[in-house]
Amino acid sequence: MTALQAHLPALQVVVPMLSAPLAMLLREHRLSWALATAASLCAFAIAISLTLSVIDTGGMRYLMGSWPAPFGIELGVDAMSALLLLIVTGASSLALIAGASSLDREIEVERQPLFYAAWLLALAGLCGILVTADAFNIFVFMEISALASYVLVAGGPDRRALPAVFKYLVMGTIGATFYLIGVGLIYLMTGTLNLDDIVYRIGEVAEVKPILIAAGFISVGLALKAAIFPLHVWLPNAYTFAPHVVTVFLAACSTKVALYVLLRFNFVVFKPYLEDHDLKFAIFLLPLSLLAILVGSAVAMFESNLKRMLAWSSVAQIGYITLGASLVSVAGLTASLLHIFNHALAKSALFLALACLAISVSKLRIENIGGIAKRMPWTMAAFLLAGLSLIGVPGTAGFVSKWYLITATFDSGPLGILLVAVIVVSSLMAVVYIWRVVECAYFRETDEAQSAREAPLMLLLPTWAAVLLNFYFGLFPGVPLELSSSAATLLLGQTP
Amino acid sequence: MSASDSIWLALLLPLLGAVGILLAGRIGPNLRESVTLVTAGALAWNVWGLIPALMAGERPEFTLLQVVPGIEIAFKIEPLGMLFAALASGLWIVNSIYSIGYMRGNNEKNQTRFYIFFALSLAATMGIAFASNLFTLFLFYEALTLSTYPLVAHKGDRDTVNSARVYLGILLTTSIGLLLPAIIWTYLAAGGGEFTAGGILEGKVEGPALGLLLGMFVFGIGKAAVMPVHRWLPAAMVAPTPVSALLHAVAVVKAGVFSVTKIIIYIFGVEHLFSTPSSAWLLYAAAFTIVVASLVALRQQNLKRLLAYSTVAQLSYVVLAAAVLKPLAEIGASIHIVAHAFGKITLFFAAGAIYVASKKTELSQLAGIGRRMPWTMTAFTIGALSMIGVPPTGGFVSKWYILAGAFESDNYVAIFTIIASTVLNAAYFLPIIFAAWFGKEAMDGGKEHGEAPWPAVLALTFTAALTILFFLFNGPVIELERQLLGAVS
Repeated sequence: MTALQAHLPALQVVVPMLSAPLAMLLREHRLSWALATAASLCAFAIAISLTLSVIDTGGMRYLMGSWPAPFGIELGVDAMSALLLLIVTGASSLALIAGASSLDREIEVERQPLFYAAWLLALAGLCGILVTADAFNIFVFMEISALASYVLVAGGPDRRALPAVFKYLVMGTIGATFYLIGVGLIYLMTGTLNLDDIVYRIGEVAEVKPILIAAGFISVGLALKAAIFPLHVWLPNAYTFAPHVVTVFLAACSTKVALYVLLRFNFVVFKPYLEDHDLKFAIFLLPLSLLAILVGSAVAMFESNLKRMLAWSSVAQIGYITLGASLVSVAGLTASLLHIFNHALAKSALFLALACLAISVSKLRIENIGGIAKRMPWTMAAFLLAGLSLIGVPGTAGFVSKWYLITATFDSGPLGILLVAVIVVSSLMAVVYIWRVVECAYFRETDEAQSAREAPLMLLLPTWAAVLLNFYFGLFPGVPLELSSSAATLLLGQTP
Repeated sequence: MSASDSIWLALLLPLLGAVGILLAGRIGPNLRESVTLVTAGALAWNVWGLIPALMAGERPEFTLLQVVPGIEIAFKIEPLGMLFAALASGLWIVNSIYSIGYMRGNNEKNQTRFYIFFALSLAATMGIAFASNLFTLFLFYEALTLSTYPLVAHKGDRDTVNSARVYLGILLTTSIGLLLPAIIWTYLAAGGGEFTAGGILEGKVEGPALGLLLGMFVFGIGKAAVMPVHRWLPAAMVAPTPVSALLHAVAVVKAGVFSVTKIIIYIFGVEHLFSTPSSAWLLYAAAFTIVVASLVALRQQNLKRLLAYSTVAQLSYVVLAAAVLKPLAEIGASIHIVAHAFGKITLFFAAGAIYVASKKTELSQLAGIGRRMPWTMTAFTIGALSMIGVPPTGGFVSKWYILAGAFESDNYVAIFTIIASTVLNAAYFLPIIFAAWFGKEAMDGGKEHGEAPWPAVLALTFTAALTILFFLFNGPVIELERQLLGAVS
């Protein structure tokens, strides 16, 4: 057992990656679904096991092929990557379970094995980014996951998915290229790609200008990937036209993983030896975060396509996450990382509820769901409860991170009051856009709703699992909070 | 069973009741209403059973769980919360009896949903009453807002939904926008939010900042309906009358003024506030609300809206009394919570009974109705007299204590406000009473009718009797609230 335990960081990537070709070779769509789900659950189990050992020991290192660190590729799992691994593998598993009954309506049966293969590749890529400790390796995994997710988004029956995915592809490629340019510059100056090694070599570099340029390229490239305002334009359409469970998966994971790399680079790699780097980073990020929060929420209030509404809300929520990070304090980063976790919970639950709705409603627009709560009480109750978590009502996960975020902003001096005001206003906007849907579903009447039927159990179960997790982590936020706060101290290079 | 068991039982019983109502609702309405009544009875028995221990000086505690270190969901019973819980749980029984008459007499739809959310909102009320820290209070405060929304929107037509939107919008805006930041500020400044005798902010927040924090609390607690955050209360009148009666005359609005009073006594500390000039504005805000709401009430034509504005004014009595910052006035504030509850629930019951029996809602239609509905209008008269503060009704007792507190500190603003408001109350209630008894019924095709269904009449007679009895036998309540003196000084 212990022998296996030591290899878990590698297995985290290897399991989904090797399952991908198998899923394609199994020509029967049920079988490949079962394989993909099993692989994803297996990855989830590995993530849990890794998290437990991170909580026990503080972190894990793994040398690929036993080559020593700066020469061979090193894998590393710490509190921050453990937190993200839980989100990615958990969301993937929930979405795949839900996909059993949801995907048949969107993707032809004979193409499904290919689809599941792409899914597993995307999962492998995201896990790879999270476990590796090598800058170039991150690029490789980022491309694997990105190329696979273009396929996933384009998989839906809606032809408008194609222009959406094209935009996503162009922007994603630009982001990846920027990142690669940055990494190339760093390699040129320091001669290493190992993240831990880069940190120290930067201190020895005489001319820092190329490093600064590299930092700029990397930050902007990752901001594109993470959909940080105003580089978010690919996101709403990609989320809207993707198959529903793909949206669940992407919303919870892809931008969050890019944010992870962004935070890791700026705090762990650049901050120690670049003068005032954290300050420059904060000045770059803070105004953008505020704009993201306000603009994202405002657009969501007036959007009548439900998926696009939630996508815009994601733009705003990413703003919360970057706002916490731009405070450059342990409290702020804790809030930020905790919100990555809690927002993933709330959004997956919401998008899963929309996947349930999509079974009976042809177009997911607010006009079409009038009175549907009578026919689909479980679905709408799930939407309502997950919505409460998104708003940040006490007792839900969303409240815990909002509490921490407001606490952190209060600590940051007079500017804090303005930030608190922005958070509060945006929470109220969230009330508006969630309640619009609730009111319509409970109190309007439309013809379409009359023929609606409750979603199948296989869809409702993962949806409600996500909803209940929102409440569980609202009342017992111990584990994610512990991971976030130790990750935050790690990022700021302080011992707790 | 120990006292701390009673605390979690008080929270659990209404929740179990809600599940029971859901299941019984599939079998039949009689069983469903029995479940409501049994739950209400069990809750009241359980809550009232705590009183002896409290009188003996015990302060039972119960910690449900620790969310994170320093922030926990915990409960502790003290005199003010005990009074509020006893009041709400006791009146729930009466209100349930009334609801049966009203809901059936009116053939309302979705009655099962109605009773379920009623039970849920009672659970939230118990949580507010027993909360031992600001975090717990906020948790149940929001739960109460959300669980009453379906009750306000019960009818489901466009007007109702719009009004319910105002209701939810104002309550959530104020609580998220002001109350939550105020609570977090308190936690940061004082290192915690535990309700502590004498307050926790002395030496932590001083000067003008204290006045600002007080403002964030008072206006953040929208349920206290201090102007200008009172508009949700008239909007909530679209709800069925039992909701207006128990929730918008007792549970929800009292949760608001209860929270304000509790925060003034146990977070700010009466003496700390008294010695800080920047907190003096609260008295004027409350006085302004009392006078203006009474003037607005004077102009209302709809009976329920009139009662709503009267409630806005009466709630600010409690805030005003708390803002006088003298021990006797704090007792007056707590007693007024009870006295106003008995009187106002009677008035709403009467308004609902009139609607069920005759479908009349406007003041102009009420002429001569006393002869058709003598029991109802007698109760209405008693309730109205209590609002004005005439002996022998409960309203007189609390006004006495508030005035005593005001004289103690020579607070002429408070004294004149109370006098002016008494005159205004008389000006809008007496004409209704006069017209109902001595006016001539307009014969414009109105149907023949008598009293409302008997459960409704029984309930309103009972609360009218309580209004008078509270004048005569208020000893135990005052005895209980005198224990507040320990917390105040």
